Amino acid sequence: MKQTILLGALLVALIGLVALPWFAPYFYIFIVTEILIMGLFAASFNLVFGYTGMLSFGHAAFFGVGCYATAMTLLHLKWPFLYCLMLSVGAGALLALVIGFFSVRLNEVYFAMLTLAFGMMVFSVAHHWRSVTNGSDGIAGFTVGDFGLGLDLTLGNPAVYYHVVLVLVVVAAALLYLIGRSSFGMILQAIRQNPERVAFCGLNVRSYRLAAFTLGGAFAGLAGGLMAPFLRVASPEMLHWSTSAEPVLMSILGGTGYFLGPFVGSAMFILLETWITSITQAWMLFLGIVLALMVMFFRRGLLGTFLDWWLERK
Amino acid sequence: MSEPILSIQDLTKHFGGNAAVSGITLDVQPRETLAIIGPNGAGKTTFYNMVSGRMTPTRGKVLLDGQDITGLPPHRISRLGVSRSFQINNIFTEMTVRENVEVALAALHHHSRRWFNLASRDTVLQEEAQALLDRLSIGELAERRAGVISYGDKRLLEIAVVLATRPRLVLLDEPTAGMTPDETHRVTALVKSLADSGDYTFLITEHDMEVVFSLADRILVMHRGEALVVGTPEEVRNHPEVRRAYLGEEDQEEQEAGA
Repeated sequence: MKQTILLGALLVALIGLVALPWFAPYFYIFIVTEILIMGLFAASFNLVFGYTGMLSFGHAAFFGVGCYATAMTLLHLKWPFLYCLMLSVGAGALLALVIGFFSVRLNEVYFAMLTLAFGMMVFSVAHHWRSVTNGSDGIAGFTVGDFGLGLDLTLGNPAVYYHVVLVLVVVAAALLYLIGRSSFGMILQAIRQNPERVAFCGLNVRSYRLAAFTLGGAFAGLAGGLMAPFLRVASPEMLHWSTSAEPVLMSILGGTGYFLGPFVGSAMFILLETWITSITQAWMLFLGIVLALMVMFFRRGLLGTFLDWWLERK
Repeated sequence: MSEPILSIQDLTKHFGGNAAVSGITLDVQPRETLAIIGPNGAGKTTFYNMVSGRMTPTRGKVLLDGQDITGLPPHRISRLGVSRSFQINNIFTEMTVRENVEVALAALHHHSRRWFNLASRDTVLQEEAQALLDRLSIGELAERRAGVISYGDKRLLEIAVVLATRPRLVLLDEPTAGMTPDETHRVTALVKSLADSGDYTFLITEHDMEVVFSLADRILVMHRGEALVVGTPEEVRNHPEVRRAYLGEEDQEEQEAGA
């Protein structure tokens, strides 16, 4: 019964998202586009953190590299958008494979510090390798042409681009969800709870952690690729460690224990940012207060706390 | 005598300057049950940690079926048929009881590499897990969250997870510690029936002498990291040094060693 209600709510939300451009002003189309992309970024992080139990502080590296991959391919090679995105996925996965290879052998705070260190290195490369990355100005001035697959889409139109983002994010989120529910996903969750017992069951915990980290990087790369045409620029800030903090905050705000938690957290984060910055410049102060209250009183996040309460209720 | 399943040669572990385990040499025969006794701090768990790959020995060798497994990582040793339980319950507390066993079975049957199945519809694993839980008489707890079941049931669940990896050699670390007399009886009967099935070789560390003497084919007495005596229960019971060092009443020496 409750499962049916949840499915129904999800369906209504999806229909609302599809219909958004027909009733919402342009301003909110931009906002929701950003929520979706950042939600995917946060969900890719949560595969690593909420499922596998690895707190990465370098997740922006994969997001940023995905953004650069699409921006540079659009600028120099003018590939159809879909192929650019595939390249972003590959770039995110490859970078995550390399960084993960060194990082997943460490635990807890050492893992967090090492991912942070790698993230800083990637930022520094993007910032200083001017001949390739254009330094702090970033990659700009590219235009999005075809989508690919022979689809005739005017990607320059924000409403059309919003729908493309919606479809791709929903497909990617469905894939992530299914991975989480697979036997492989069950092992990842077992690793979070008790890596030692998993090892004594005969599994190489390090390889599973590396696989999760690489998958997280692939989906973060996709989110980064989707961000490029939206921001019309790929800049070093996207690789900065403060960007790595965003999926962490979003996951905790929404709740790491449910798949959609990071998406809810992304909506909270971006809506709060939008509304509060229109009133005061000190939005970080308010974000800090909300976050502190969440961690103190609703540790399972907004969605997590609500679903825990509602599912236990008779 | 047949080829030993486990052959320990001069196994030694130093922590700093202290020898936690010192020069243990021992052969374990297939299908026997060997109990390891000794006061706390005698080195039993460190011995287990080296055999199961959790710690690398300072010196010495561990041979499984004649193959050198010294210093291999735990997952490799597990794949070779060695599984262990821990003194402190070591399960997946947020999962259901049955999912705990399914994790071990997924590893065993390589379902752990499946990315696009639904674990909740994996009936092969579920049925096998349920059968194992039933055999350990905790089948009715299958849907409960493992973190909330009783202490004794958690210890039984850990044994179920251990058995799910289909080991030939099972290392149990104080399986009845903290159990009620009834639970202790259940575990003893279970280990006895598993040992009688002829599928397993058991190493058991245990403080409860009643359990030890009812299960063990042979007993290794450890004292301050060293093997004091290895022998049949009868030999150990009558050994003067053992009586003095361990089996005797709460004498001076035991308290000192237990500190």
